[in-house]
Amino acid sequence: MPERGRAWRAAGRALAYALFAAFVGFFAVRPAWTHLGPGEAVVKVSIVHRGKPLGECRERSEEELARLPPNMRIKTVCPRERSPLELEVWLDGRLLHREVKAPSGLHHDGPSYIYHRFVVPAGEHVLRVRLRDSVRAAGYPYDRSERVRLDPGRALAVDFDPAEGIRFR
Amino acid sequence: MRTLLRLLRGAFEPFERLAYRLFGGESPFHHLGALTIYLFWVVLASGLYVFAFYETSVAGAYASVERLTHEQWYLGGVMRSLHRYASDAAVLTLGLHILRELSRDHHRGPRWFSWLTGVPNLWMVYMLGITGYWMVWDELAQYVAVATAELLDRLPIFTDPMARNFLTEGSLSDRFFTLLAFLHLLGLPLILVGTIWLHIQRISRPRIHPPRRLAAGTLLALLALALVQPATSHGPADLTREPQVLHLDWFYLPVYPLYDVLGASVVWGLLWGGTLLLCALPWLPRRPRVPVAEVDPAWCNGCRRCFSDCPYGAIDMAPHPDKRGKEISVVDPALCLSCGICEGACPSATPFRSVRELVSGIELPQYPVQVLRERARDAARRLRGPVRIVVFGCGHAADPASLARADTAAVPLECAAMLPPSLVEYLIRREGVDGVVIAGCRAEDCEYRLGTRWVEERIAGAREPHLRRNVPRERVALCWAGTDAALLRRCVEDFRARLARAAGAGDDDVPPAAAAGGGGGA
Repeated sequence: MPERGRAWRAAGRALAYALFAAFVGFFAVRPAWTHLGPGEAVVKVSIVHRGKPLGECRERSEEELARLPPNMRIKTVCPRERSPLELEVWLDGRLLHREVKAPSGLHHDGPSYIYHRFVVPAGEHVLRVRLRDSVRAAGYPYDRSERVRLDPGRALAVDFDPAEGIRFR
Repeated sequence: MRTLLRLLRGAFEPFERLAYRLFGGESPFHHLGALTIYLFWVVLASGLYVFAFYETSVAGAYASVERLTHEQWYLGGVMRSLHRYASDAAVLTLGLHILRELSRDHHRGPRWFSWLTGVPNLWMVYMLGITGYWMVWDELAQYVAVATAELLDRLPIFTDPMARNFLTEGSLSDRFFTLLAFLHLLGLPLILVGTIWLHIQRISRPRIHPPRRLAAGTLLALLALALVQPATSHGPADLTREPQVLHLDWFYLPVYPLYDVLGASVVWGLLWGGTLLLCALPWLPRRPRVPVAEVDPAWCNGCRRCFSDCPYGAIDMAPHPDKRGKEISVVDPALCLSCGICEGACPSATPFRSVRELVSGIELPQYPVQVLRERARDAARRLRGPVRIVVFGCGHAADPASLARADTAAVPLECAAMLPPSLVEYLIRREGVDGVVIAGCRAEDCEYRLGTRWVEERIAGAREPHLRRNVPRERVALCWAGTDAALLRRCVEDFRARLARAAGAGDDDVPPAAAAGGGGGA
């Protein structure tokens, strides 16, 4: 009987190890997670840009310059603080996202950083992205509208280059 | 809170009983912390092999892992699978370790330090696992990398969004994989070793290696899994596409579906909230402290036995104030768990001493050795019947009071090792009881870590204070039944039957009194 008991215990231990391995193996890859539906695509907007100075630059008068140490006598002075970025993303004439992003830095003189990921239905769309980088100018100096084809699973990147403007990649 | 913890303990109990019947003292539940550390070594060894073939570049990372998996499936593939599954198993054992310790109230009192220092381990393990998934640079890695970057961007750490690194194929550089390799192979493992070291600082003789058979069985099970279901990659990462359906590792990556559904703020709220709650648990709610062990300088001769036996390093030695050249034990109240193991270790706790008031060199003020002797003696004197047994029962195992009857008496203890072995001798030789049972937690699962081990060694004569040789070992039984009352009853009845048979056949034929419930024979 003790022999039989030992055999049962050994079988039980083997079963316990098998269950342990099965549990680990199952949850290591299952159940599957659907991150993006079969009819969906993604638009990622990422912009890093320093806005225009918040105020007008001005010329120092002769008296002002005379009061400064010689090494600091720069004629044109501009305010340090930058304009926030204003971004709008439109899809098929519908406003998808609007954001006003303040400049970075303690003195608000650094670039503004924008990053957003949008899940959109796959297919053909008219994508319009516009950006304003100065509070002193009306309208959006950077504006791009384009018909884009987004296959299911496609990730379209939208970024910005001061020379090229808004880019769809 | 107490009800919740009781429910949690109740949920563990059936599995623990079953595992104890199958594995005895080597039950995986008794070695969860050590198993986690062991799995960490398996992960490290298999990871080093995998890294030998890994290329730290955007173009080479995925290809090198694929080559290893398919062209060298018999070794490289198996090592990769073992690396992944051992990591998953470590999360499982770690999670069970945390829940089990919590269910047993092992996060409170002087144990707060071990609990609190365990929390960073949890973060380290997850950071290690997540960076490991990045290294494969497949679709799953891309999903995890982008989501992690987006999550980190929500914190005020980086000015330039980290997620921009994954915007287009050109935004990622080879240096990223060098950084990852450094983090995954050196930085995080080193920090983890440090936090594990800190975690076990306040316990003496920490158990960091599981029993060999358990370690071998676990390794074999994971190797079998590696062969049956080899770890494979998803398709290569492609930043112009978004991963769609993913075979997620739910041990390491459940936070990402949560992020998909609930967003970054909620996820961070849950993570930080959960961490804060874990850190605060030892004091939720605050409970009054039990009086700690006290030293009587008149009876402490500095023998160091309590110093050696204390499972929590709560006893230190200092120069004796009254005896020149001698030492005295000093109890640190911040570390003492009032288990009474020191009382059982003290040579002055012998009940044979003919003093009016029996005072031990070190004892629990709420349960001094004088009270213990009186309870045991009174219980023994009330016994009637052909086979009279005294059962000493640990307060954290099945209550022996349910066994009490005319021929069986029960005496409670805080821990089985609180019993001075000389009291066993006293009962058998002086009070004439036929047998003594010492009942306690399951083997290798003592509430106070080392109690059952010290009892076994003291009774076997391998540790001081030992049970003297003139006490027949067959008249002592150790029943490590834990909370299983039926197992304790069976153990006591088996012992009674052996004693009865021996009484009928003459003492020379008494078989050794084997301990039930996986405990060692006395």
